[in-house]
Amino acid sequence: MLKQTPLNATHRELGARMVDFGGWDMPVNYGSQIEEHHAVRTGCGLFDVSHMLPLDVRGENARAFLSRLLANDVAKLQVSGKALYSCMLNEAGGVIDDLIVYFMDERWFRVVANAGCADKDLAWMEKMNAAWGLGVTLTPRRDLAMIAIQGPDATRVLNHALPGVDGLTATLKPFTAAAMGEMFIARTGYTGEDGFEAMVLAKAAPFFWRALMEAGGRPIGLGARDTLRLEAGMNLYGQDMDETANPLESGLAWTVDLKTERDFVGRSALEASEITKQLVGLVLVDRGVLRSHQKVHTKHGDGEITSGTFSPTMQQSIALARIPLGIAPGDEVEVEIRDKRLQARVVKYPFVRNGKILI
Amino acid sequence: MSIPADLKYTPSHEWVRVEADGTLTVGITHHAQELLGDMVFVESPATGRALAKGEECAVVESVKAASDVYAPVAGEVVAANGEVESSPESVNQDAYAAWLFKLKPANPADIDALLDAAAYQKLVESEAH
Repeated sequence: MLKQTPLNATHRELGARMVDFGGWDMPVNYGSQIEEHHAVRTGCGLFDVSHMLPLDVRGENARAFLSRLLANDVAKLQVSGKALYSCMLNEAGGVIDDLIVYFMDERWFRVVANAGCADKDLAWMEKMNAAWGLGVTLTPRRDLAMIAIQGPDATRVLNHALPGVDGLTATLKPFTAAAMGEMFIARTGYTGEDGFEAMVLAKAAPFFWRALMEAGGRPIGLGARDTLRLEAGMNLYGQDMDETANPLESGLAWTVDLKTERDFVGRSALEASEITKQLVGLVLVDRGVLRSHQKVHTKHGDGEITSGTFSPTMQQSIALARIPLGIAPGDEVEVEIRDKRLQARVVKYPFVRNGKILI
Repeated sequence: MSIPADLKYTPSHEWVRVEADGTLTVGITHHAQELLGDMVFVESPATGRALAKGEECAVVESVKAASDVYAPVAGEVVAANGEVESSPESVNQDAYAAWLFKLKPANPADIDALLDAAAYQKLVESEAH
C-alpha cells in the first residue's frame, strides 16, 4: 500500500499521472512535464512536497545536539528563522541524508528530511540522542503538509492566496522562515527560482492548494521538479550522494564546516579520507541524453554520471558527474551512451538560476 | 485510448502499418508515448540495416527515460524518418503519424503473428492493473 499525502485526492482530481516514488503515491506530471518546467521558470508552480518530513528538535540542548549531529555548523544560525543546508553523516563520513535545518528559538529547531530517508533519519537521531544524553525531544510532524510555491510570480501568487501575508513576503529574506501558529513559511526551494515552502496543517492543505491555483499557481509534478533542480545544480539524495559517497567528492564541501574544532559525526573519517574525485557539470555536445550511471571517460581516468537529463531551458542535455580531480571546466570528456562515445564539455554548475542560463 | 483498428501491434508497444507495397511502417503507440512523456530524442536505424525479429533498432527518449524500440519482424530497413529525429515532440503530438522507420519484411507471413487492435487493447488494460 503506497503512502499518500493530504493532497492525494486533489492530484487525482487534477488528472495527474501518479507514480510510486519511494513508497509514496505522487504526481509525476499533470500533462506535459516540459510545460510545467517552463511554468516555474517564467511564472509560478506549485509542488506537493508533503512526502518530505518536518521534524522538530526541541529542548535546551537542541543546538548542542545539532552541532554534533550535522556536518554544517548550526552556530551560523543566530537570527530566528534562519535556515542552513547540511548533511547528516555516519561515522564513516557517508551521507545519511541532506537536510535543511531552521532555527526558530534556542529550544526549537526544525529539520526537513527527504521522504525516502525519513525513517532512518529519525532512528539515527534517536540513537544519537540516547548516546549523548542531551535529552532533546524529536517530533516527526506527519500532521503537516508542505507545498512549494516557486517561480518569479511566487510572491504574487502567495499574497493573493493568503490575504495579509504580503507584509511577510515583502520582508522574508532568502533561506529564512517565519512561523505563525502551525503555519510555517520559508523562502526556500529546490528549483533555482525565488519562492516559498509553506507548511500547513494537513487538513488545510487541499483548500490552500486550490487557493494557490486560483491565484495563478500551476501544479507541477515530480518530473519537472527533477529537471528544475538539476538545472539549478542542486544535489539529489540517492543519486548524487548517499551513504557510500564522500560529501567532499559530491560537490558538498561548502556544506561541511571544518573551520572550527567542533566535533561532529563523520568528521574524523572525512579528515582521514583521500579525495580523488569531484562533482562537475557536463553539457552534451553531441545529440543524445545524459543519464545517471553512464560512464565518463577523461584523460585522468573514468567517472560516472550521477544525474542526467534533457534541460528544457537550455534545450540540450546536462548532467552532474563524479570524475577524477584534475579535469577542469572547459575540458572535453567522453560519455558512453549505449554503444557510442559522445562528446561532453565540463562546466561549472549551476546551469540555470532565476530563469537565466549561466553556461 | 487511441488504438487505430487498421494497425498491427507488438507487446513492446510498437505499431505497424502494412503498406500497399508490402513494406511495414513502424512507430511507437499512443499509449507508449503517454507512459514516456515529453520526447526529447529519437534515433532511427540506418537505411539498409538488416534486423532480426525483436532486435533493438531505434531509441526514443523522453525527459524522464530512454526506451528501446524493437523490430516487430525480421527484415531490412528501407527508410528512416529524419523529421521525427529533428522534432521528437511530434511523437507526442501524433504517435501514429510520427513513424520511426520502414521495414521490408524478410518473410511477409511473420506479420500474421503481430497483435491486432483488440489484442493490443487487452494487453494495455492488463498492464494497467
